[in-house]
Amino acid sequence: MAEVQSNVPPKKGGFSLSDTKTRGLIYQALTIAMVVYGIWWIIDNAANNMAAQNIKFGFGFLTTQSGFGIIQSLIDYNESSSYGRVFFVGLLNTLIVALIGCILTTIIGFIVGVGRLSKNWLINKISTIYVETLRNIPLLLQIFFWYNAVLKPLPGPRDVHDKGDQLWFSLSNNGLMIPKPIPEGGFWIVFTIFVLGIIGAIVIKKWAFNRQMATGQQFKTIWTTLGLIIVLPLLAFVVMGSPLHFQPGEMGTFRPNAGFGLNVIPEFIALLLALVAYTSAFVAEIVRAGIQSVSHGQTEASYALGLRPGPTLKLIIIPQAMRVIVPPLTSQYLNLTKNSSLAVAIAYPDLVAVFTGTVLNQTGKAVEIIMMTMLVYLSISLVTSTFMNWYNDRVKLVER
Amino acid sequence: MNLLKIAAYTTAIVSASFVATSYAATLDDVKANGAVTCGVSQGLPGFSNPDDQGNWSGLDVDTCRAVAAAVFGDATKANFKPLSAKTRFTALTSGEIDMLPRNTTETLSRDAQHGNFPGVNYYDGQGFMVRKDLGVSSAKELGGAAVCTNTGTTTELNVADYFRSLGLEYTVVAFEKADEVVAAYDAGRCDVYTTDQSGIAAQRTKLADPSAHVILPEIISKEPLGPMVRHGDDQWFDIVKWSLNCMVDAEELGISSANIDEMKGSDNPGIQRILGESGDLGQLLGLPNEFCYSIVKQVGNYGESFDRNVGPDTPLGLSRGLNALWKDGGIMYAAPFR
Repeated sequence: MAEVQSNVPPKKGGFSLSDTKTRGLIYQALTIAMVVYGIWWIIDNAANNMAAQNIKFGFGFLTTQSGFGIIQSLIDYNESSSYGRVFFVGLLNTLIVALIGCILTTIIGFIVGVGRLSKNWLINKISTIYVETLRNIPLLLQIFFWYNAVLKPLPGPRDVHDKGDQLWFSLSNNGLMIPKPIPEGGFWIVFTIFVLGIIGAIVIKKWAFNRQMATGQQFKTIWTTLGLIIVLPLLAFVVMGSPLHFQPGEMGTFRPNAGFGLNVIPEFIALLLALVAYTSAFVAEIVRAGIQSVSHGQTEASYALGLRPGPTLKLIIIPQAMRVIVPPLTSQYLNLTKNSSLAVAIAYPDLVAVFTGTVLNQTGKAVEIIMMTMLVYLSISLVTSTFMNWYNDRVKLVER
Repeated sequence: MNLLKIAAYTTAIVSASFVATSYAATLDDVKANGAVTCGVSQGLPGFSNPDDQGNWSGLDVDTCRAVAAAVFGDATKANFKPLSAKTRFTALTSGEIDMLPRNTTETLSRDAQHGNFPGVNYYDGQGFMVRKDLGVSSAKELGGAAVCTNTGTTTELNVADYFRSLGLEYTVVAFEKADEVVAAYDAGRCDVYTTDQSGIAAQRTKLADPSAHVILPEIISKEPLGPMVRHGDDQWFDIVKWSLNCMVDAEELGISSANIDEMKGSDNPGIQRILGESGDLGQLLGLPNEFCYSIVKQVGNYGESFDRNVGPDTPLGLSRGLNALWKDGGIMYAAPFR
């Protein structure tokens, strides 16, 4: 029978289990059914058990007063704020460490990655040691190292300063104290001019590029760029009568007084340093791999066309290396963001520490809070991926 | 059609093995396990602390051992699970442990949300410890200070309430593990260490130089510490409650682990009842009649347990204070065995 069937195509609308297409459909339907059943079972089980323990599902707790203090918040927060506000305080604390972390990681990662390819023996070896040491020590240990071995043993603020001292720059176990910039009336005009300068510089750069494409004439944009972005805002700053002043910290009885200066807490510094050191070691390897993926023939061809080493790097090597670098770089950004939740080990008040930790403990709303936290990390990761995919589309090899 | 059959079987097995867990009859589970499983702290001297051989001791550990003695007639049939302040209630409600003697403050929200409090084994209050060289003699002078504390505790909330009510600025550095809080305070990250006074006395012993620190006089809260049990199991609640009461009543009646065998022959009807010589009080709880005899014989009465773990002769050196018997000026008062 088998030979006959293989020659005769199945009738339209016919149903036969020996038809691969039908079987495929059945398998797929079964898989979907099992997945749906699995999800339904998880929800049903949670609902049953919560009912058995007399726990009600709901997000009403978010408006309840929190009653506890948080050491660092980027928005107004005090003990009478709601749990909902705690959520945003934690979220912003996570985002700020992730954002600054990603920027520093990229810069250091690129420098070290290029350093590993350097012909200078010392730079080469230092870069290699940096990478091999930092990426092979677990991140949690590095966080503890920075916090317990480097920052906590620093002298206390009372050991270094007397009450009433002005603190322009002070590093103690209370963290880093730097002056707080306070803009005055005319500052926004200077800022607007600065933004306009940047836009102007970009426009001129585009124009110069198009002109070079069309006529072959080059235009040195470096001077116009410097003038628009630095000189013009500086001029405006002087004309407006320096509308920005810096307010130093002020030492109180025990610690620097609240509301003076800008205090970067040691927990933040430790977490940031550890995240950047650890992740940049991986980024350095990604950058090295990216640059080495561009064959040496490309460089030789470029030299043969008469391009100097600078333009060769800028126009030939980096664009081709970027398409190899960007996808794994995205993963590292995501890793850094997710790893920031290790903050809980050193009392940095990130989302996991204050919301999934303290708020969960005080309200007992485990399902709701874990759900919200997972959704947040998922969203941050998806947004980062989307942005990096968009960037990847721009730098990837255009196939014609 | 084989696949469909497999799918059907899998479904059947899966649904059968996942029927909702029942939370009743903890006593039966404990008997089946052959031991009481207690959630305790991750190391708080005097309350629940393991020695270098992994043997647990402390006031909370004694509460657990008392229940083991009541159920099995053997105080050693107790297992201890160290839990952080944050995970303790989940461990209890999920059935991972049978009871939670973990220096936990009784509050309305905890009683309503997480489980029941059968009694109090230590009346505490929150205090502050600072370095002597700060020159501070009252908590009211602490404006602008940094305070180290534990996340997920009533301590964290009390300190916020206290400073707010006085209108003082403060910053709070909140760690998850008690050891980290102490280490951070010891390293000078904070000016103030705050927790229950008993806890301060206990943690002070771990500091590099205990004599360089001073405990401030203010007590800013009521902290009745006691064991917790799950909601919905009245029998188990009663067992834990009367194991605690047994120790307090035994002290009141003058029964100790040393003289208990003489006391057994006493004519005092109260002593006869509590030791199970007359009446059927133990059986009413589903326990052997002489359950309280086993507790006092093996663990001791409340006073013995207090003196052994936190009393004046221990490194903690706490006086009985509020925890003295009601007839000695304290508030330890247990309902009668009758």
